Amino acid sequence: MKVIVPVKRVIDYNVKVRVKADGTGVDLANVKMSMNPFDEIAVEEAIRLKEAGVVEEIVAVSIGVKQAQETLRTALAMGADRAILIVATDDVHQDLEPLAVAKLLKAVVDEEAPQMVICGKQAIDNDMNATGQMLSALLGWSQATFASEVKVEGDSAQVTREVDGGLQTISVKLPAVVSVDLRLNEPRYASLPNIMKAKKKPLEEKTPADYGVDVSPRLTVVSTAEPATRSAGVKVADVAELVAKLKDEAGVL
Amino acid sequence: MSVLLIAELSGGALALDATAKALTGAKQLGDVTVLVAGEGTDDAAAEAATLDGVSKVLHADAAIYGHGLAEPLAALVVSLAGDYSHIVAPATAAGKNLAPRVAALLDVMVISDVTGVVDGDTFERPIYAGNAIQTVKSADATKVVTLRTANFDAAPTGGSAPVETIAAADDPALSSFVEDKVQESDRPELTSAKIVVSGGRGVGSEENFALIESLADTLGAAVGASRAAVDSGYAPNDWQVGQTGKVVAPELYIAVGISGAIQHLAGMKDSKVIVAINKDEEAPIFQIADYGLVADLFDAVPALKEAL
Repeated sequence: MKVIVPVKRVIDYNVKVRVKADGTGVDLANVKMSMNPFDEIAVEEAIRLKEAGVVEEIVAVSIGVKQAQETLRTALAMGADRAILIVATDDVHQDLEPLAVAKLLKAVVDEEAPQMVICGKQAIDNDMNATGQMLSALLGWSQATFASEVKVEGDSAQVTREVDGGLQTISVKLPAVVSVDLRLNEPRYASLPNIMKAKKKPLEEKTPADYGVDVSPRLTVVSTAEPATRSAGVKVADVAELVAKLKDEAGVL
Repeated sequence: MSVLLIAELSGGALALDATAKALTGAKQLGDVTVLVAGEGTDDAAAEAATLDGVSKVLHADAAIYGHGLAEPLAALVVSLAGDYSHIVAPATAAGKNLAPRVAALLDVMVISDVTGVVDGDTFERPIYAGNAIQTVKSADATKVVTLRTANFDAAPTGGSAPVETIAAADDPALSSFVEDKVQESDRPELTSAKIVVSGGRGVGSEENFALIESLADTLGAAVGASRAAVDSGYAPNDWQVGQTGKVVAPELYIAVGISGAIQHLAGMKDSKVIVAINKDEEAPIFQIADYGLVADLFDAVPALKEAL
């Protein structure tokens, strides 16, 4: 079967995020960008399914600025077979909303007819945790979010999900959208030969207009602010002083 | 303005704390109707009706709603949506699973993990793991919102709203429940506990985590863990506190052997009092702790337990 894996170019998870002084957003100019960590896990899972003989073809899709082709090359170097880039903006500070992304992905799915879409559960920039669920809804497909284990069995998949009380296992009919959580797998690093090979793999470039999708935002960003800071308190010398402070000063014991 | 609040259920029982906290946020948006959709949920519906400020409880009891599967629940919510300006759920695993699906079916954007309600259209939410707070205004006809429960006080009980039974919507029959592996515990639930004791990589092993658990039991506290501790297999995933785990705001948070990575701080920095115990005095956790103890946790935790 064919699998589509959407990948997003986001600020590298090791970079300290700075809010712009004018409050319009977060400064992304000259900042290291990488593939969203949850999407790396999604790519890895698709590759493992291919290695297990369940999946024949993996198509990575990214939607955003032109530079997202670097993110797609990373997916190709890891093991995806080909890539589609939908250039939706030339402004690195413009974040396409999950609803618009889901509509574009639906258009890609309609053309490509995969049996599964495997995506990260959330992007570490807008933290919205929405695209997979929205895509599944628009397609009228089943959804299995926050996956920690995926087993494909004939025309269904058994997915174990990380939920608040522990783990829940469900069976979803294929085609399905699976969104992945942290503990599904540990993504591989691309080897140098594979990075070289990835440069020759097909990468098709499209625009939202090619799919007839309106990507105008539904939400207006009013402001972006630094969170309230919390200042350091005091160091206590020993356990006795700690207990005394918690009882007498903080009043929490 | 009328609000449909999706009640949080746990094994057919009302998850009172999450529902009551989300209710406080929902009340800021308008007149609140609570939807209780599950299986064997007569008691849950009756309990939801006692929450102060609820106008009505809609009760849909059917096997297809028994395990929180997103597809049938979303179909039910969408069938009711025409009567409401806002559809609200707590930002739990269940709420995050359901709300975006509902929003897409209504062709509106979801607004996830809201920490503050500015007005009926405008909401505050953290982005970049809580490193920035964004205020967004929605132009959509129906607002679909999940509320981060740690930021809202629980609404009290004392109300007596009518409970109206409603029929189940069509079942899309796309997925089915296989099994739950739920941790059985007498400890308070992590997101509603007054005290949380969390362990990190410094705890060193699954066996050593018993030390964290025994301190928690002495205090009547819930047990949490950093992502490093969960990834190392010291603690189960549902104990994880942080950006991608649970967000907690207890009266007292005791971080043991936790260095204080940004992603962990995002999950606990709204706690009222933070205690950090770590042998590395340079650990970033001390920059936000109210009380820091530089000590070996294997000495300090037994001594603390003894002193309580």
